[in-house]
Amino acid sequence: MAWTEKILRVNLSDKTCKEEPLNKEWAQQYLGQRGLATKYLVEEVDPKADPLGPDNKLIFATGPMTGTMASTGGRYSVITKSPLTHCVACSNSGGFIGQELKNAGWDMVIVEGEADSPLYLYIENERAELLPADEIWGTSVWHTDEWLHKRHQDPLLRIAAVGRSAEQGCLYSAVINDLHRAAGRSGVGTVMASKNLKAMAVRGTQGVGNIKDPKRFMQAVNTAKKVLADNAVTGQGLPTYGTQVLMNVINEIGALPTRNAREVQFEGANEISGEAMHEPRPSDGKPNLVTNAGCFACTIACGRISTVDKGHFSVKNKPEYWGASGGLEYEAAWALGTDTGVDDLDALTYANFICNEDGFDPISFGATVAAAMELYGRGVLTTEQTGTPFDFGSAEALVKAAEWVATGEGFGKELGLGSKRLCEKYGHPELSMTVKGQEFPAYDPRGIQGMGLTYATSNRGACHLRSYTVASEVLGIPEKTDPLTAEGKPALVKAFQDATAAVDSSGLCVFTTFAWTLEDIAPQIDAACEGEWTAARLLEMGERVWNLERRFNLAAGVSGKEDTLPKRLLDEPAATGPAKGLVSKLDEMLPEYYQLRGWSSDGEPTPETLQRLGL
Amino acid sequence: MQRALSIDPGKCTGCLQCELACSFEHTGLFNPSRSVIRVFTFHEEGRFVPYTCTQCAEAWCLQACPVDAIAINAATGAKEINEATCVGCKVCTIACPFGTVNYSQATGKVVKCDLCGGDPQCAEACPTQAITFVDADQTGLERMRHWAVKTDAAAHA
Repeated sequence: MAWTEKILRVNLSDKTCKEEPLNKEWAQQYLGQRGLATKYLVEEVDPKADPLGPDNKLIFATGPMTGTMASTGGRYSVITKSPLTHCVACSNSGGFIGQELKNAGWDMVIVEGEADSPLYLYIENERAELLPADEIWGTSVWHTDEWLHKRHQDPLLRIAAVGRSAEQGCLYSAVINDLHRAAGRSGVGTVMASKNLKAMAVRGTQGVGNIKDPKRFMQAVNTAKKVLADNAVTGQGLPTYGTQVLMNVINEIGALPTRNAREVQFEGANEISGEAMHEPRPSDGKPNLVTNAGCFACTIACGRISTVDKGHFSVKNKPEYWGASGGLEYEAAWALGTDTGVDDLDALTYANFICNEDGFDPISFGATVAAAMELYGRGVLTTEQTGTPFDFGSAEALVKAAEWVATGEGFGKELGLGSKRLCEKYGHPELSMTVKGQEFPAYDPRGIQGMGLTYATSNRGACHLRSYTVASEVLGIPEKTDPLTAEGKPALVKAFQDATAAVDSSGLCVFTTFAWTLEDIAPQIDAACEGEWTAARLLEMGERVWNLERRFNLAAGVSGKEDTLPKRLLDEPAATGPAKGLVSKLDEMLPEYYQLRGWSSDGEPTPETLQRLGL
Repeated sequence: MQRALSIDPGKCTGCLQCELACSFEHTGLFNPSRSVIRVFTFHEEGRFVPYTCTQCAEAWCLQACPVDAIAINAATGAKEINEATCVGCKVCTIACPFGTVNYSQATGKVVKCDLCGGDPQCAEACPTQAITFVDADQTGLERMRHWAVKTDAAAHA
């Protein structure tokens, strides 16, 4: 078992909160979280629905491991149709609210309709109600968090909220929980704000149980925890440097997209690296990094807690930003820094604070700023339009851009469109580093070939988390492959995509897979959940989820033609580093990938494939 | 030899494995709200601090209990609640200066750390050794070691 077997259905139009039983048959096919919520979305939402209209739904979903003692077992996902990509959006977050929802007795919350005035959802165990949010509408996530704790006189409330960026229609706004954890990508926060739902505040005291075999579960959990502790990446690298351990590594192999991916190596990489976050600052002798932090039940603890130098221009005379908060992860440091050419660690950390405070995705934001900087450099955008000189490398421009997107003022409104719409608007679609409308992250497909296929075929638009072949191509996990060759990559990408979809459906964090394989995960799920859960079954389940998502996207009108990359990656060879002279070899990989998937040459699942997967 | 919980907040990552282990041991469920060890997050300072009963020698809770429901476990030194005797009057929760005895709505009794009968699950579960179970007479040993190295002038010469 391990599921609470209860779903909370919240209708904002009718202002009702209703309990309904979890569909247990679907739980056996899709496990939980990403898979199961996608199944609900596919069954309940018209793929052609307006993502920001009342017909779209927003699902907060936990997995069967969420709330248990399994390491990293605190994840939840937000699933909806994305306003950025028009594909299925599924953004995964840690922190503490996922387990709180489970402790309150809910596997999932399905939000539907649209409220006529701002509301927030308050959940205290079985009691759920919609309350007025007029007083917090128009305020940040951080203010909302403080207000709700005071309003309910409960310091133990866990809160997820949207900020002003989402209210202002920024298309890549996030749902932020526990102040600085984010269901970050694809504009899931934008959908929440479009429904006039400001926040979800949860308090759960019922306990998570329903474990099939508690004794065997604890044995499996302890064995798996030891695997994480003994592994060099999860036991040492990630706790010490966080994901930022990668900045110098990826720069060295020449796969660090720099200045809107014009280059593949950044001369300032070391200044903004995980190592730099440990270095004492000249001004006060303190390092950027205060401590590492764990999400719920996580024994890795890769999270960064940082401060900005009090004397830095971004926070001068602003004591509210002098305390510690969520620091730079690798993808954020890349987007805010490398991609914009800014090597000022304090400016990046401050911009990252603003992304959390007002809830928007630092990857899409940074990459959109980078595109705007290129447009500015070419004279397509003028200082009059941008409001400030917008050159690559300008920390001032980055900081102002973050503040403007946060509140939707000035040029922030245009930056909130995302790189694709911005570049199209100004007549240069080729300068947008996106796939299916979503900005790609911190790995250049010219230097890590598998990531080209990863971005091109990701079901939520360009994304590293759908098949992180960097693990194999750079880190040698589970085995080393050559990052510069296309050979074998279609099979590698498919295997990673299916395995990741399974992990994302469980309530566990995908970072465990630096050390765990499905053979480490299956015994934990099997001991907890009804049914027999083997690694093979999990992998097949992941493949089912992948095809389910694909079918939704196809029905939404996003065809195989969009399984491509920005022209720059296909035509302009890397100028330096180990990948010098190479472009992405996507055309070599894509047909083989379709074949391995059991899809037609147009990228549509064949009837045989659908039947094999029980779709 | 009795042992005591030794807490080093500097090593804590705030993951709550201790709260999970404590609640699972005592209630059979993963339920941080029923853990008697709690981790406090001081967000602005970037600090995480686990806190629980220190098992005072002359325990206020034990002294205050009107029905003698709190007794010393001779083997572990833990002050333990006898649930059969406890009437849930909460006087001990007022008497405890540290807030580590609390009333439980679920049972109608008070709950506090009992050192799991000598095998505290919080220390067992802690991934960073922020919580350890050490010789009760030597809880300062690690801190002494940390300072001892600084006084070793020869090593720094």
